[in-house]
Amino acid sequence: MITKKDVQYIAALARVDLPEDKLEGLTKNLTDIVGYVKQLQKLDLKDIKPTSHAVPLTDALRKDIVKPSLSNAQALSLAPQAKDGCFKVPLVIE
Amino acid sequence: MKLHSLTAHQIIDLYREKKTSPQEVFKDVLSRINALDSRVHAYARLYRDAPTSCCHKTAVGVVSTQGNYPIPIAIKDNMCTQGEEITCSSRILKGFYSPYDAHVVKKIKQSGGMILGFANMDEFAFGSSTENSCYGPTYNPWDLSRVPGGSSGGSAASVAADEAIWALGSDTGGSIRQPACFCGIVGLKPTYGRVSRYGLVAFASSLDQIGPLTKDVTDSALLMNIIAGYDERDSTSVNEPVPDYTKALVNDIHGIKVGVPQEAFGQGLDPQVRKAIEATMNQLKKLGANVKKISLPHTPYAVAAYYIVATAEASSNLARFDGVRYGWRQSPTDVRKNALIDMYEETRAKGFGDEAKRRIMLGTYVLSSGYYDAYYLRGQKVRTLIKQDLDNAFKDYDVILTPTAPTTAFKIGEKTFDPLSMYLSDIYTIPANLAGIPAISIPCGFSAQGMPIGMQLMAKAFDEEMLLRVAFTYEQNTEWHTKKPNL
Amino acid sequence: MTQQFETVIGLEVHLQLSTKAKIFCGCANVFGSPPNTNVCPVCLGLPGTLPVLNNQALLYAIKVGLALNAEINPFIKFDRKNYYYPDLPKGYQISQYDLPVAKDGFVMIKNEQGPKRVGIKRAHLEEDAGKLMHDNTGNCSLVDYNRTGTPLIEIVTEPDLRSPQEAYDYLNILKLILQYLEVSDCDMEKGSLRCDANVSIRPVGQKEFGTKTELKNMNSFRSVKSALEYEVGRHQQVILSGGKIMQETLLWDDEKGVTAGMRSKEQAHDYRYFPDPDLVPFTIDDKIIDQVRAELPELPQAKLERLIKQYDLSEYDAGVLIMDKAVAYFFEQCCEKYHQPKKIANWLNGAVLKEMNERKTSLGNLKLTPAHLIELIQAVEDGVVSNLAGKEVLTDMLDSGYSAGTIVSQKGLAQVSDDSSLMAIVEEIIHQNPTVVEQIKQGKPSATGFLVGQAMKKSGGKANPKKLNELITRRISNA
Repeated sequence: MITKKDVQYIAALARVDLPEDKLEGLTKNLTDIVGYVKQLQKLDLKDIKPTSHAVPLTDALRKDIVKPSLSNAQALSLAPQAKDGCFKVPLVIE
Repeated sequence: MKLHSLTAHQIIDLYREKKTSPQEVFKDVLSRINALDSRVHAYARLYRDAPTSCCHKTAVGVVSTQGNYPIPIAIKDNMCTQGEEITCSSRILKGFYSPYDAHVVKKIKQSGGMILGFANMDEFAFGSSTENSCYGPTYNPWDLSRVPGGSSGGSAASVAADEAIWALGSDTGGSIRQPACFCGIVGLKPTYGRVSRYGLVAFASSLDQIGPLTKDVTDSALLMNIIAGYDERDSTSVNEPVPDYTKALVNDIHGIKVGVPQEAFGQGLDPQVRKAIEATMNQLKKLGANVKKISLPHTPYAVAAYYIVATAEASSNLARFDGVRYGWRQSPTDVRKNALIDMYEETRAKGFGDEAKRRIMLGTYVLSSGYYDAYYLRGQKVRTLIKQDLDNAFKDYDVILTPTAPTTAFKIGEKTFDPLSMYLSDIYTIPANLAGIPAISIPCGFSAQGMPIGMQLMAKAFDEEMLLRVAFTYEQNTEWHTKKPNL
Repeated sequence: MTQQFETVIGLEVHLQLSTKAKIFCGCANVFGSPPNTNVCPVCLGLPGTLPVLNNQALLYAIKVGLALNAEINPFIKFDRKNYYYPDLPKGYQISQYDLPVAKDGFVMIKNEQGPKRVGIKRAHLEEDAGKLMHDNTGNCSLVDYNRTGTPLIEIVTEPDLRSPQEAYDYLNILKLILQYLEVSDCDMEKGSLRCDANVSIRPVGQKEFGTKTELKNMNSFRSVKSALEYEVGRHQQVILSGGKIMQETLLWDDEKGVTAGMRSKEQAHDYRYFPDPDLVPFTIDDKIIDQVRAELPELPQAKLERLIKQYDLSEYDAGVLIMDKAVAYFFEQCCEKYHQPKKIANWLNGAVLKEMNERKTSLGNLKLTPAHLIELIQAVEDGVVSNLAGKEVLTDMLDSGYSAGTIVSQKGLAQVSDDSSLMAIVEEIIHQNPTVVEQIKQGKPSATGFLVGQAMKKSGGKANPKKLNELITRRISNA
């Protein structure tokens, strides 16, 4: 059972503003979907190893070689806001 | 001559015979887009250069050399292309002009490919209908009141409507195969690691794979020859030699062993699809294959496992869209929490559509403190079981046959308010992603309403050649792929 | 109110590894470039980009693990630590959760009871974040992503440290070991070495740990110690007055000398670690471990013991020499050509070290070769120049790079030892200091030193003091 409080907690973790009028619908959606995926609880998985990659590969490494970077102008051309060669964000409070 | 209605290999034959040029083909397809796309809406945006220069410099004149394919192509709106706006059909990426080319885009450009535009899709590939796009839905060329499938619905519709000769899509749980099936074309999801993901905007990194959507199996092999291969920028790319896939196009399946899982004939399967698949089994037998029923006992759990694993990865992959470095930003008007968090929360609330937010939330939930073992870890373990089922089956069988989707294309709006039933339309395609194996969808019939039906073939990892051989043989002995929608 | 408390401290050290390129992309790993000029699609977290691990970063991490006597995991993977912050481009940090490069190591320190083992719980690889600057006039913050993707190794101790002093000693020894490995410049001012601390107290004899607080924002080992001392005092005060310690992260204010809570009252972190699907696992086999082990330098403790034994040095002399790997190496180079280890050590630990400190530079940046230093020491030993003049020669040598002989003859610093030249000075001094001469005659020979000093001054430091002493004594007794 997923509560509205759970949904608000998840929304805050995921940094998504959740207006009051959407809370009910989303709580129902998530309850339905989580209810569906709960069928996995039926399986005995005690000795089963998890699979992160279906095609097992290891040791993909790069050499310690410097390659060209973007220019400051190229990097900042993407930015919604920029200032003094930097990406500008609202004042951060620590 | 209707150049746009041809396949790539037919066009290449015409180039060789000097009966047409890349410029002519490109112009013809572009005028087809101009004539039809207001109704089909396959494209999110056209390539910026497309209307003015009829094809890219590399393509002009050089048509005879090997490995050179000046073919007009549609690219799904989630593959980075230098200098182009790439949005994944999401408002949050509006204004993002990629400073680099995805590996596949580079390969397409190197082969002389002519990019027509960026195909519409479900936002961030979240969906099976291409209704979840900030550009509005794409319509199925066979019936404009129906969905083209998704998430590569724009890619599939562009090919089916002859608005592209071929297209690239991406497939995380069926996003190439299911729209190919709904639109009556061929869609191939390669083995995980066969095609580089570098430059593909990630949905679920351990499941995503780029593949071709084409008018027939021969084109599928040709496009694979262009895009497959190792890329050192993708740690999950496999460093194995790439075969010439056209060599697999052999019209002979004598003695090929085909397994048909009984689990595929459960609840929810449309009787018309069932009939078409049964007819296909008979056809394959007639062509010399040994067709037998098998069991893949854990596949009924695939959808549940998939929605845990895929959304968990997606929730993390989409965290980078925060309005700081690129794309769209919503600047808050009044302060609720603090200026920074408000900016994050409002940018993401207004930048993402409802389905994207649902999946981000679900993925965040299954990874959150106290739930990891119950959901994410279980999902990964069930993945192991499904992979084992398939590994075991491939000890005895060369390919596994299922329907691609349980129904034909549904009506626009039919499943919008029932996300779970939408998720279940991927029930047959998901196992191949979880197991990392290749799978193809090819047309195998039509419903009474005139909608295409597709079958799916799966093979063991890196055996795309087996898929192509069986699919090619079936195609050569049937007529389904020659049918065109009446637009 | 005689309750006795025991302090429990654990430290987390973040060390930037000095690879040429960043950990997951090809951008240059350098400090001090203009903002956002060492960035690329990968480290900016642009859509579609993927990380590939820098082999050198992995080898450095193994090296650190081995130097900390840790077990190297034969199979490691990377995980995503999910949280939002503007300096974190992907919304997650690539780190290692349950399979770090190294685990279960130790570092030896000394306390009053003798040697003490400080457990190293783990050492893992991760990527550094960017730099956030606050622009109060513009009411905004600015982000520079140059630092993003700098390889870091995080070294986490067990809660084994029992006092701020032990924490301080551990940090100094750890830093020395890390400097010996040459995997980082270990410069706290540049942020290439950073330290966070966890501290709690408990009544002596109690097994359970008390509630801990996490301390951040210390920018020197000295301030780590001060912060811990302050925080231990605060814990005691709170507990003794019947209060409870809240588990929280506190920032050290070096100017005010206090810890303070963070202004943003963030909810508890929920990092949602999971294996990074964009990276594959890595196998570290014995071959790689042996190869890295073979490249390990002699570590400080081993070098200390060897220097004492091999050169018959005092523990103090050897201890000062090994504080700088370059100095210790220089010492041994000198010893090969000049078999007076004690004298070489004195010069290095005295005059040379003083020059380094005054010039705020390292030995490598000084124009000093072993041959030049030996020549100088020999000149002093042979009485060619006085000890005092010798130090002047050293200063000049470091400025000009010339040899001792050249400088001595250029500046006319050669010691004057012949009787006739010195006798004139002696006569003059005796004449000017009748009272002192009288004192000496009355049986206070120690006053001779004063006259020698005066004579030295007169000679411009060039006179041979031994000779002066001899002449003055003889002159007075003959009078």
